[in-house]
Amino acid sequence: MKSLKLSALIENLDQFISFVHKCSVECGFEGKKVMEIELAVEEALVNVFNYAYPGGEGQVEMRCALEEGKKFVIEIRDKGIPFDSLSRPDPDTTADIENREIGGLGIFFILKVADEVRYGRNDDTNVFTIVFLV
Amino acid sequence: MKLNVKNEEKGTLVSVTGRMDAVSSPEFEKELGRLIDEGNVNFIIDLTELDYISSSGLRSVLITAKKLKGKNGRILLASLQPVVKEVFEISGFSTIIPIYESVEDAMAAL
Repeated sequence: MKSLKLSALIENLDQFISFVHKCSVECGFEGKKVMEIELAVEEALVNVFNYAYPGGEGQVEMRCALEEGKKFVIEIRDKGIPFDSLSRPDPDTTADIENREIGGLGIFFILKVADEVRYGRNDDTNVFTIVFLV
Repeated sequence: MKLNVKNEEKGTLVSVTGRMDAVSSPEFEKELGRLIDEGNVNFIIDLTELDYISSSGLRSVLITAKKLKGKNGRILLASLQPVVKEVFEISGFSTIIPIYESVEDAMAAL
């Protein structure tokens, strides 16, 4: 298991993306799939940056591991307020330009590209898990 | 992300290079907002060199499209890489923002 822990700030997005890029390539992913992994991770992290620590600062940890030789498991962990982004309704992807909501698409993208997505609260920690099959 | 702006006969051609993510997208929104304030209302966005886009990137394109709608302007996207095109298709944005195979096709449609 590899791990990277940094302050939950947008300035650290590039470091997290480089980290997951490297881990996914090491696990054998390439091309478009690597982009999809980066997309899922960016969307999940941006939620943490925006909502986990209202009015304060905290950290976010990303863990990457290859399980059973075929599951690339990414865990995003923070000690912010409980936040289950998976419980939000899907955005309306058919609305016209005036009625189109800005936002709400991030989780929708994660669910589209990943093979498995889970949210859990362990004691004081939010654990958001994204799985891609190798 | 890098932006290159060129004034063409029928509109403003903006070429985007690199990544449109949560860090870089506000820059796109700001620059396009500046061009709109200067009086430009017809845009072709050349995405040949755009390698990646997230929901933040879509958000900045949508904000720009909404601004232009109020001014009877247009924003056309051209030459999307497959992974970028997929994001536009999944989100349904490809039904509200016109997408063309090439800059030439977009130019002809403007």
